Amino acid sequence: MMQLRDKGMAEKILEKIRKINIPLKIMHVCGTHQDTIVKYGIDEMLKEYGIEVIEGPGCPVCVTTPSEILKAVTLAKNGHTIATFGDMVRVPAAGESLQKAKAEGGDVRIVYGIEDAVKMAKHGEVIFIGVGFETTAPSTAITLLRRPENFMVLSCHRYVPPAMDALLGMGEIKLDGIICPGHVSTIIGLKPYRPLSEKYGIPQVVAGFEPLDVLMAVYMIARQVKEGRHEVENEYIRVVKEEGNRKAMEAIEKVFEPAPIKWRGFPVIPDSKMRIREEFAEYDAERVYEDIIGGIENIPEPPGCKCGEVLRGLMHPSECPLFGKTCIPSSPVGPCMVSYEGACNIEYKYRKDVM
Amino acid sequence: MCLAIPGRVERIEGDKAVVDYGGIRREVDISLVDVKEGEYVIVHAGFAIQVLDEREAKETLKIFEELMENA
Repeated sequence: MMQLRDKGMAEKILEKIRKINIPLKIMHVCGTHQDTIVKYGIDEMLKEYGIEVIEGPGCPVCVTTPSEILKAVTLAKNGHTIATFGDMVRVPAAGESLQKAKAEGGDVRIVYGIEDAVKMAKHGEVIFIGVGFETTAPSTAITLLRRPENFMVLSCHRYVPPAMDALLGMGEIKLDGIICPGHVSTIIGLKPYRPLSEKYGIPQVVAGFEPLDVLMAVYMIARQVKEGRHEVENEYIRVVKEEGNRKAMEAIEKVFEPAPIKWRGFPVIPDSKMRIREEFAEYDAERVYEDIIGGIENIPEPPGCKCGEVLRGLMHPSECPLFGKTCIPSSPVGPCMVSYEGACNIEYKYRKDVM
Repeated sequence: MCLAIPGRVERIEGDKAVVDYGGIRREVDISLVDVKEGEYVIVHAGFAIQVLDEREAKETLKIFEELMENA
């Protein structure tokens, strides 16, 4: 894959972008794209050509609401064993966090994937906090289809296209193109993006995660704009197929159904939550423990935190008054500074020395 | 975070495979893909989510060139 960091090729693509000479505002919705963009300084390079590339609601941990975090914390405080990904543990909500619950004696375990949590359930009940988009949801779905014992999921899984629809529909930000997330697209294919290009007249390009993938996607968007097209194109053809991964989509459809849910920084987005179907109710922590967590809703976001604005693409991390001051990775105020996929965490990681 | 680097499937046993990332080996669930030993997979949170098209991967730069030539 090192060929995809080839400097000569990068210069060639940049030259093509320069020749098109149209200022653009492009959003992507993937933490891994953001990491590539900031790590290799692609955003700075493109700024010279009047092109801005920003991260939207592309970090699953970041878009999870304080209410969902507090549900997990409340389960932990009620003596339930919680298993989740490392960055979820550190997200603050209403002065609490899973890390704090653990320090106070709660049983909170960090896992690499859902299979680690299933193994733990051999020794007693485990509630897995399922966070992630269409990329991660198939692993949760396959696991529930196997009907594991002593195992439950608190589903915070979400569908990406409804959020893109919501963001474009809100009209707060004028975008010229979208770089679609490579591995979400690996699962869902190209079809779900087409209605968005139609409805909003916006070019979209599915891209991989190497620096040249991102540059090429920007070029493909610029070219669409120049030619007056608004199509869904695929730059990541070595991995993403038109139809996506059918097995994974079938697993998602069997286990989950679309439901409305609020995203951090957004209002309630219709059909964007992957709710566990009735058929799997015994594995759904929200149903089984409704008496404990059912009333937890509308928990406010941390005071002063601008994660909402960052997630909607209205604010660059460095424009947040808390960034790098009271909000740093070791004592984060909001999830965008916690998660490895969060725009603030990535900005701080690569640019703290030049701040 | 999505791991951008594909791993090579070394050995398959039922739904599981040992995947090699240039010397680092991991057990991966392959029930979401149809893969053979020797092929490369994209892995996310312990599950292979797609098989890499090796021919397309090797020709990526050539494809880029072609796309730009047609501009």
